[in-house]
Amino acid sequence: MAKPLTKPKRKNPVLRTRAPMLPPAPRSRISLGLTSGAARGAFELQVCRDCGAVQYPPREACRECLSDLLDWTPQRGTGELVAHTTLRHAMENYFRERLPWRLGIVKLDREGANEAPSLIVHVHGDCGEPPCRVRVRAMLDRAGQAVLLALPEKDTPHMSDDPQMRELTCDPKFRKVFVTDGKSPVGQSVVKAMIAAGSDLVWVGEAAPWKKIPGFEEIRALPEVTVVDLDVTNPDSVKRCAGQIGPKVDILVNTAEQHRAYSVGSRYGTENARAEMEINYFGLLRLAQEFGPVMMARGGDTETNAVAWVNILSIFALANNPDQSTFSASKAAAHSLAQAMRAGMHRSGVRVINLYPGPLDVEWNQELRPPKVTPAALARAIVGALQGGAEDVYPGDVAKDWYERWRTDPKVLERELAHGE
Amino acid sequence: MNANPLLDMVRGIAERNIRVIDLTQTLSPDFPQIELPPEMGQCWPFRLEEVSRYDDRGLAAYWNNFSCGEHTGTHFDAPIHWVSGRNLPNNSTDTVPVENMVAPACVVDCATHAEQNADFLLSADFLRNWEEEHGRIPPRSWVLMRTDWSKRSDPESYQNFDEEGQHTPGPDTDAVRFLVEERDVMGFGSECIGTDAGQAMHLRPPYPCHYYIHGAGRYGLQCLTNLDLLPPTGSVLFTAPLKIKQGSGSPLRVLALVWEG
Repeated sequence: MAKPLTKPKRKNPVLRTRAPMLPPAPRSRISLGLTSGAARGAFELQVCRDCGAVQYPPREACRECLSDLLDWTPQRGTGELVAHTTLRHAMENYFRERLPWRLGIVKLDREGANEAPSLIVHVHGDCGEPPCRVRVRAMLDRAGQAVLLALPEKDTPHMSDDPQMRELTCDPKFRKVFVTDGKSPVGQSVVKAMIAAGSDLVWVGEAAPWKKIPGFEEIRALPEVTVVDLDVTNPDSVKRCAGQIGPKVDILVNTAEQHRAYSVGSRYGTENARAEMEINYFGLLRLAQEFGPVMMARGGDTETNAVAWVNILSIFALANNPDQSTFSASKAAAHSLAQAMRAGMHRSGVRVINLYPGPLDVEWNQELRPPKVTPAALARAIVGALQGGAEDVYPGDVAKDWYERWRTDPKVLERELAHGE
Repeated sequence: MNANPLLDMVRGIAERNIRVIDLTQTLSPDFPQIELPPEMGQCWPFRLEEVSRYDDRGLAAYWNNFSCGEHTGTHFDAPIHWVSGRNLPNNSTDTVPVENMVAPACVVDCATHAEQNADFLLSADFLRNWEEEHGRIPPRSWVLMRTDWSKRSDPESYQNFDEEGQHTPGPDTDAVRFLVEERDVMGFGSECIGTDAGQAMHLRPPYPCHYYIHGAGRYGLQCLTNLDLLPPTGSVLFTAPLKIKQGSGSPLRVLALVWEG
């Protein structure tokens, strides 16, 4: 059973902060299909459209019938650990620094007529000696690429504290979290969720300190919380804040958001659209410039290293909701920037996690009918993403529906939205 | 004596017989901005973005772009700012007669009252009592309400919000009408974020200072500081707004000349 993680000792300040190392990142284009699924939290393998054979490793043609019609298909992932070994020597620096490392082979359960494939997997410490039943999940590693992890058949106590598991997750437990705006309902929910998930220090940004927002004084009074001044529209404020706490942030959750519900025609002028851009896009850019480098430098810093940057985008970032047109556009800009942040930050092992929620149950969506995602549900989705191995999350029914439609055909979705469907 | 009294004035400044007092708050991103209900259009706070700082963006130069609303920091309100002044001649920052940008000031000390009551309203009777002591307010002069509010350097206490909104001192309706209709003042100046009191939306009419002052083609000054350094009468203000075409107001540097003798 995994040893419960205890609060790590303070870092010895006379020792160098170790540089972040990454596991091997190269993958073939076909293999990136596994990463595409893992990024959404799904374990998908190719399945042959002609003969039904499940493929592993990813390939161009069916291993049974040579058909090239292979479709990425979700897998249950249950199977049997048939062999395992513990790596005690490695040529890859990433693994060298993390030895011993448990590896194994899992024979997936057969589904249908064809023989199921055997998979090379990382093995969680709580999996028994082979043969034993396990669950396989696809997770992103520190290089942002999919790997397979065999988990015990049923959850075990402190399962997430397993060192190999913790390498694949960004668990808030004993990590220092920075919530950029703690005043909004989402910000307040995120702060509470992070504390519940075991974060022992939550920095909470506060802009416009004169604004009295219900609930914020209770947030301020929480023992894990330290409130810091931060207005993401003010470059000097962002720089000051990063200078103050930057090296003490392991997980940054950007909750700063401007949200109004206007169509192109329902709000004359650009003042509001600029405010949305100023916070949702330029605010993110300022944060990325000030907090990005210091977090990247700490990607390999002891057991409580910098691990994740969380952006709360919107499903409207992928397809513009004409009733919230300028908000959608600002989120599309932030989505685009977040892609670039991923390209920049992956070298450090810091994972950029994007959430694309459907409409939230907040003030500016008052007139929308349910289903709406509550701030608490969004906060749970953030914690779930950090504790899991995904980087793209679509919380809520509307988000899941729009995402599927967008994947199928963005033009069809655009036309349907234009006609109010 | 010089034939040109202006040169006497300049010598007076050099010899410190005339003191120049800066009544301006520093334009800073940290200075609080007027707070309106969130569904309304918003006036931008002051923001500064570097163009370059002797670096790869420009090795030889440090400079910034700034952005702000017309009503940011220590600022001037032109008559066109309010609906009551919208059709008056010469009502915007580009057409305000420059002669009106130099005028004497009367300083009404309400500091004690404001300290005791953040919602203190300056009344016409208060002004009449002030006149008994300091003389009649001359026509075309500024009336500045000293509250020492500018000494609240913490933005939270400067804004002074609770769940019913802002609590800052200002004039009541009668005081404003008295100043405009009976004293023909140049304008009204305040140390707070508006010339009107924080709760002035509940007065009749709402925002009486904006309504009557601008309706009469007169001006406002907000976010002033150092009013405690001015004498009750006899100072002269320089209040030139930026020449913004059809501008409703402008941040400005307010200077006061005070004769020290």
